[in-house]
Amino acid sequence: MQEKEKLPGGWPKKTELTCIRCPIGCMLTVTENQDGTIGVTGNTCSRGEEYGKKETKDPTRTVTSTMKVKNGTRPVVPVKTKGDIPKGKIADCMEALKRAEAEAPVRIGDILLKNVAGTGVDIVATKSIGKEKTD
Amino acid sequence: MRGYMDKKADIVIVGGGPAGLAAAAGACKEGVKADRICIVERDGELGGILNQCIHNGFGLHTFKEELTGPEYAARYIGQVEEMGIPCLLHTIVVDIRMEADGRKKVTVMNRSDGMFEIEAGAVILAMGCRERPRGALNIPGYRPAGIYSAGTAQHYVNIEGRMPGKEAVILGSGDIGLIMARRMTLEGAKVKLVAELMPYSGGLKRNIVQCLDDYGIPLKLSHTVVDIDGKERVKGVTVAEVDKNRRPVPGTEEYISCDTLLLSCGLIPENELSLDMGVALNPATSGPVVNESLETNIPGVFACGNVLHVHDLVDYVSEEAENAGKNAAVYVQGGKNKTGEESVAVRCGGGVRYTVPSIIHIAYMPEEQVIRFRVGNVYKNACLTVRFNDKVVMKMNKRVMAPGEMEQIKLKKNRLEEFEGLREITLSVQEEDS
Repeated sequence: MQEKEKLPGGWPKKTELTCIRCPIGCMLTVTENQDGTIGVTGNTCSRGEEYGKKETKDPTRTVTSTMKVKNGTRPVVPVKTKGDIPKGKIADCMEALKRAEAEAPVRIGDILLKNVAGTGVDIVATKSIGKEKTD
Repeated sequence: MRGYMDKKADIVIVGGGPAGLAAAAGACKEGVKADRICIVERDGELGGILNQCIHNGFGLHTFKEELTGPEYAARYIGQVEEMGIPCLLHTIVVDIRMEADGRKKVTVMNRSDGMFEIEAGAVILAMGCRERPRGALNIPGYRPAGIYSAGTAQHYVNIEGRMPGKEAVILGSGDIGLIMARRMTLEGAKVKLVAELMPYSGGLKRNIVQCLDDYGIPLKLSHTVVDIDGKERVKGVTVAEVDKNRRPVPGTEEYISCDTLLLSCGLIPENELSLDMGVALNPATSGPVVNESLETNIPGVFACGNVLHVHDLVDYVSEEAENAGKNAAVYVQGGKNKTGEESVAVRCGGGVRYTVPSIIHIAYMPEEQVIRFRVGNVYKNACLTVRFNDKVVMKMNKRVMAPGEMEQIKLKKNRLEEFEGLREITLSVQEEDS
């Protein structure tokens, strides 16, 4: 859950989230203070604190999806962002993928889109797709 | 990559998914000649279900990096190709029969060669599992279009590049359901709800957070679909809360309009072939009963991967399958028929639903035997107890144990050897009194 509970005046901001660093799944309460400091409670180890801070300050994700392929043995090729991108950029990344098209043959690891949605991260193929035989 | 086939093999592997691939590699590493191994795969390519699992998170244990399903498969396919292990694609195994001398006759069929037999010294079952279908769920209502198992929807979106619908409700919070909730959302569909019959999710925690919470998709526990509306196409579903006996509570019904219902209600090992040839199954796993060598009750027939028991992580499938491959290699290189030999039973005490293996021949076990198991409920501050006969030999505290996360312990061979008169090993779980 990522519901921000704003106190009067907006500060401090409190966020509730589930830690995913291990199967215990501690419920964390992250408090963002006006001076930029972040406090984490509810965690049972230091990894929980680290997770809470990262998720609040700079949440990132690897996006996996598909891209259309021209003349391929398959209509789409699975792809991923080569590294994490900011969570807020996921929608822009998907929009860019929707407009893009690769040309068969595609090799696993090929860069299919550079600097997706201005994130500085490339889109790479995660599977090889052969060229359709035309005869 | 159609393989050479002389219709005689040391080891035939049924299935070319993650389990079959790792088993083949394992057998080859143990000294079986590559061209004496044969993988039989019904699909047109190797990799199995990994081909449609385009999300990442695979391989953290094996490769210490997060790969997508196709990337993980590519590593093993590459290994098998490099070793030169033949594969029959587009080929299904129809029947496996035992010969009087212990050899196996595997009947296979494909379009180009018709039906033919392969004679094998050992067989490794690696057929994987399939999804529980609507018919097994007792949901009333018509049979309109728009009801898919989550894996079928995954195939449509990720392999065929087509969307099954625009507004979806997902019944069941297994990992495939959670993954598809995110996938459908990313592709522009509205996932209105994930309903789970049990009071806990069967999926991994990271999937609940990254697939549902990230996109604000609600998860309702102890809820189920009690009616499907629509005659030609799904128009909506009625969801209701269930009591602790999993029966709908009258008055809690809620109608949700949607054009698609995805079912993610559990996986069933695909054991028709195994049953036909007389392999004994464990009712708790619906997979074969196996010993320390992952060998079934039929000598020289081994099982691994999701056909043995449904795994949450492919890394463990690969590890298990590699062992099955190595053990099959030992068998064809002059291994013994263990039928009737003295063995130790691994039993489930309170809280433990099953163990794999469930039989250990101490003489054949490795220095360290991995026992995988699942618990039947969510336990907080749990204590796992291992008994040799009646004596407690190991106690481990676990912060949390859940049916959705496979557990494992390791048993040292010398401890089993040193324990006099060992007949059975029992695993049990209790919640600690707080």
